[in-house]
Amino acid sequence: MDVDYHALLPDLILAGTILLVLVVDVFLPERAKWLAMPLGLMGVVASLAAVLSLIGAGTRESFGGSYVVDEFALLFKGFFLVTASLVLALSLRYFREGGFYQGEYYFLLLTSFLGRVMMPSSRDMLLLFIALELVSAPGFLMAAFRKGDVKSNEAGVKFFIIGVLSTAVMLFGMSLIYGVTGGATKLGEIAAALAGVSGEIETLAFAAVLFVVVGFAFKVSAFPFQFWAPDTYEGSPVPVAAFLAVASAVAGFAGLLQLMFVAFAGLHEFWVPIFAFLSIATMTVGNLVALRQTQMVRLLAYSGIAQSGYILMTFALVTDDAASNRTAFAAAVAYILIYGIMNLGAFAATVAVSRRYPALRIADFAGLRQTAPLIAVGMAVFMISLAGVPPTGGFWGKLLIFQAAIERGGGLGPALAVVMLVNSVVSVYYYLLVPRQMYLREAADPSRLRVPALVTAVVALATVALVAIFVLPNPLARLAEMTTLVGLGP
Amino acid sequence: MTWENSAITITTLLPIAGALVIALMPRDKDRAIRGLGIVVTGAALVLAVAIAVGFDYGTDGLQYTLDVNWISAIGAHYHVGIDGISLPLYVLTFLLSFLCAIYTWRYVPEPGHTKAFLALMLLLQTGMAGTFIAFDLILFFVFWEMVLVPMYFLIGIWGSSNREYASIKFFLYTLFGSIFMLLGFLAMYFQGPDPRTFDMVVLQEFGAGGGFSHTFQLVVFGAVALGFAIKVPMWPFHTWLPDAHTEAPTIGSVLLAGIMLKMGTYGFIRIAIPFLPDGAEVYAPWIGALAAIGIVYAALACLAQKDLKRLIAFSSVGHMGFVMLGIATLTEIGIQAAIFGMVAHGLITGMLFFCVGSIYDRYHTREIAKIGGGMLQGMPKLGGVFAFVAIASLGLPGLAGFWGEVMALLSSFNPNEVVLADQVGLFRVFMVMGGIGTVLTAGYFLWMLQRVNMGTMPEQWKEAGLRDVLAVEWVSWLPLLALILVLGVYPRLVFGVTDEAVGGLMSLLGS
Repeated sequence: MDVDYHALLPDLILAGTILLVLVVDVFLPERAKWLAMPLGLMGVVASLAAVLSLIGAGTRESFGGSYVVDEFALLFKGFFLVTASLVLALSLRYFREGGFYQGEYYFLLLTSFLGRVMMPSSRDMLLLFIALELVSAPGFLMAAFRKGDVKSNEAGVKFFIIGVLSTAVMLFGMSLIYGVTGGATKLGEIAAALAGVSGEIETLAFAAVLFVVVGFAFKVSAFPFQFWAPDTYEGSPVPVAAFLAVASAVAGFAGLLQLMFVAFAGLHEFWVPIFAFLSIATMTVGNLVALRQTQMVRLLAYSGIAQSGYILMTFALVTDDAASNRTAFAAAVAYILIYGIMNLGAFAATVAVSRRYPALRIADFAGLRQTAPLIAVGMAVFMISLAGVPPTGGFWGKLLIFQAAIERGGGLGPALAVVMLVNSVVSVYYYLLVPRQMYLREAADPSRLRVPALVTAVVALATVALVAIFVLPNPLARLAEMTTLVGLGP
Repeated sequence: MTWENSAITITTLLPIAGALVIALMPRDKDRAIRGLGIVVTGAALVLAVAIAVGFDYGTDGLQYTLDVNWISAIGAHYHVGIDGISLPLYVLTFLLSFLCAIYTWRYVPEPGHTKAFLALMLLLQTGMAGTFIAFDLILFFVFWEMVLVPMYFLIGIWGSSNREYASIKFFLYTLFGSIFMLLGFLAMYFQGPDPRTFDMVVLQEFGAGGGFSHTFQLVVFGAVALGFAIKVPMWPFHTWLPDAHTEAPTIGSVLLAGIMLKMGTYGFIRIAIPFLPDGAEVYAPWIGALAAIGIVYAALACLAQKDLKRLIAFSSVGHMGFVMLGIATLTEIGIQAAIFGMVAHGLITGMLFFCVGSIYDRYHTREIAKIGGGMLQGMPKLGGVFAFVAIASLGLPGLAGFWGEVMALLSSFNPNEVVLADQVGLFRVFMVMGGIGTVLTAGYFLWMLQRVNMGTMPEQWKEAGLRDVLAVEWVSWLPLLALILVLGVYPRLVFGVTDEAVGGLMSLLGS
């Protein structure tokens, strides 16, 4: 076994930090438990530094090609680690003041992020499965972290049952793949083996792909497997909801991209219609239900479902044409990253408001321009960006997907683009509800909202990032293009 | 960087830079903020005029061009330039914005927040001006969409009672159209010349030379035209306009009517027709029909209005109908008429909204019945100005409103003899409908003047101590009043600018 320890360094540092947090927590006195957060943050930053040190080092394989560190992997690893540090920043005050078990929380959070960091490097079905479970399992506990609250318990249980069910379905599909391909587990080998199947075996392969897709559909909350998301997000502590909404969906897509664009690419004629249906149904249901929401976290949950639908659309654009596949893949990567930024920002702003209004009705955002002007500006930018309107980064994200759809051509590409267009317009209505409250309505309590400095920093960072992406989209588009070349090779 | 290739960029982006400075200024320096607004828009106007002075009126090509790579992954360029079609609208944008900034020196609508108000206005200015000078489809679209957010807030925060409904309706309606337009742009990119490009100059040559297939043109013209038609707005896509206008603050209405509506008609002239000539040929009778219906419909709707501002808003639909009728004829004279009509409408209707704003500021009502007449008696200057502008708007010869309308009617007597030869009869029907529209227009404007200006002032207003036109109002109005007169007497001021460019456009289309 060849092991490239430098390439594994980010994961190893993170794993070491997790153990350290768990041990140190035992020895910390009650009032100093919060120190687990800076400790974890240091580990995350060190891990990020290790990721940075790998940039430009080329493609590095370990364990016989099962674990690959390439540009696609580095991009997502970097994204997850930045997200991890921001979620840590959002969590500090919330968990310190709420009377939670802090050490355990940070342990679980970091464990989940370890799974995410592993995910984009896993080029082996089994490893992919392990990474995905490492992502999900801590989430079950974290969703139920507000132990005294019935809603939080419901959130945890719901998430657990759905999560386990989807895992079982996915695993069954994977086992079928294992049989169909005659024991292949590496993604490249699966692709090669699937190219040769025919007859009854091919039918079995279709069934296997379907099971795997359904499993992932739960993870990325695609219709008709989306119903857990709003309840779980609403019941969870707000920073956990942020973590679930942003990082979980992104991790699911990172895995799905590799499976579909690499391992199962040969069967695209079978699964493209499935994704077309999933995409249309998911964005339409998400947007229509979002119109009726009055609670902020539920609004963001349904908006997230709709956004998942947009990303799923790029899968439905796969054809035999490698060039147009590349465009679709690049669009997916770019959109996922931009989506992560704007959604994290929106949740950060929600955390800020949750300190005064724990119920988090949309009406509680009224007059935020007076009570927290900076947060209000940020939130307005996030909402406009989620709606895909300039001058924000979300505009380029949507444009790239449209472009991929039109480039694919045929009947399906433009048809999907039109569906997404109509959906985008519908979504503007509910996204604008929030700026409307913040800017057009008066606050019930006009006194200044006290926002933790770290939360303000996260909001400011995300705002600046989105505007910067709008002005200079070139690096982002380049980044996505760069990873494409790697992501497509078996 | 020379003046030649950076002039447009500096001028267009100056307002946004001003908006950033204003956003950073302390809230309590209210006067300084308003002063800075005037300085920034004034400086931008000076630069725009300098561009117009340095413009070579003898050729039809683009001038002051700058073309640099912007987003290589998408293939979008930062390509700006100006020609005879853009120039009048570009200068008009800066003129109206400057006058609005002066007007703001005295009037910031409820609930105040001067800082945000001016910053949004400046952002809006950049978006509008940018639309007229962008020569890359993506850049065009970005500027086009950039006006949405500031206008949403201008209506939503500073509007009158029903502002929330009007602002969201405005936003959704225009977004719906523009997003279909974007799909059309992307389709042209992929079906266009090799290598693929968003460059409007290249696509124009390609499209005018018959590069796009007939079916493709039919579909894409429909998508693109929908976006433009909603912005214009053409009947029956106009329903957002009366709401937006009625609720918007005075400045918002002035800029909306004065400039933003022209983005739609400009799009027809700049993009839809030259890129997709086959599509234009097929759709022209339909556009003409909608325009003619719009003219008559708007005039009838005006007769029924009780709210002064809503009346002016509906009159906009009618005037833009004349502009669209001119465009639909696909003739040089028709398009000349359209551009003239756009400029004249910008001046006149902008001025009408200023008047209505000032009337509301004094009476605190816009209901014609409550105003009750006698304005000439109580406020002779305001009444006089209002009468002058209303008469200009109904198209009296010698004032700016006349030329655009009469030439549009003239051109629809003889639509493009090559491509619309079979439709001459139809267009003559449109001409008759337009003629009826002008009569009705004269009717409702005169009736409005009769109800507002004539008669004796009700007792309650006599005692209210209404003040006649103030100094700041004179300063912001006089340039418009003068231009309305000058363009009426000397229309070459606009035709001279547009002649070459429109001629070039028509020769590109081969007729």
